[in-house]
Amino acid sequence: MFVLIVGAGRVGAAVAHSMLAQGHEVSVLDDDPLSHERLDAGLSTSWEEAGGRFTVGQAIEIEALREAGIEDADVFIASTRGDNTNLVIAQVAQKRFAVHTVVARVMDAARATWYAEQGVRTICPTLQAISMFESAIAEVA
Amino acid sequence: MYVVIAGGGKVGWNLARELIDKGHEVTLIEQTRRRYLTIEEELEHAVQYGDATEMWVLERAGVQRAELVVAVTGDDEDNILICQMAREKYDIGRTIARVNNPRNRELFDLLGVAPVVSATDLILRLIEHEVPSFGLVHLLDLHAERLEIVEVEVTPSAPAAGLRVADVAMPEGSLIISILRKGAGFVPKGDTVIEAGDEVLIVLDPGLEEGITTLFAVEA
Repeated sequence: MFVLIVGAGRVGAAVAHSMLAQGHEVSVLDDDPLSHERLDAGLSTSWEEAGGRFTVGQAIEIEALREAGIEDADVFIASTRGDNTNLVIAQVAQKRFAVHTVVARVMDAARATWYAEQGVRTICPTLQAISMFESAIAEVA
Repeated sequence: MYVVIAGGGKVGWNLARELIDKGHEVTLIEQTRRRYLTIEEELEHAVQYGDATEMWVLERAGVQRAELVVAVTGDDEDNILICQMAREKYDIGRTIARVNNPRNRELFDLLGVAPVVSATDLILRLIEHEVPSFGLVHLLDLHAERLEIVEVEVTPSAPAAGLRVADVAMPEGSLIISILRKGAGFVPKGDTVIEAGDEVLIVLDPGLEEGITTLFAVEA
């Protein structure tokens, strides 16, 4: 599988590492060249030597997405720090490039829920945290 | 008319002021605290503090009863989402979005956000009007209707010179509507032969200029 991950923060970089370890082809796009260091961290070689791809570019520019290989992607992960960027590029991956599996991280629970209803697959860490807090409280209550 | 404006930069603030002066009801949403406080000194209750891409902020501004939503923040992705939610979630029929980076225009089209306004594009168009390139002159430009009329002088080495109108491979979305020859204009028929030196009036969809130029205005 070819996995394109946009946004190499803590989450994006960790998912990139585990996908590469599972033998998938992994390409990462981030606007910050320094985020490459996060991809190198914990590897005995560099990210590229380990088989990964890294592109510096703006997530919402279609040219950058192309350069990172969106046309060949089977999986598209939108994990930049911006909810709005993630929601826009996830829709671009679906509508324009017909990527098979598209997932966007959205911190705002309201938007995550509404866009999920519109057909954008969203992961909302906020909702996850809320339900984990609730179950932690339920255990003692 | 009730208008919700997202983004209190130069564009949003001035727009709010102008619309209020014209008697419209306006709520301007600004997400930077300091900027909000500055604007509030002038606009008072017509400005609200918050991130206009959040639903509760839009709802607090009364987006449900807005007749027009204008998204003019400095971030294209924000403007896209605000208009998308206004249209699809809150059923607002009219939205206007600002394009900051012309390279993002495609995204607005793709996600059905229209109409859009791009300062860079507007200035570029003005430059093209003022400095006609390749012998092509814009006579009429109705952007909302996606309609343009251009005038082009046929060069001797142009592919269209010497051809019958019916035989010219006009780009899809363009049509020859008139020919000016020796000071007189006429509406051509299919068998009218285009001559070098003719001035041809063409109605076309925006963006087809280059195709027209390569047919009619090729320099030897």
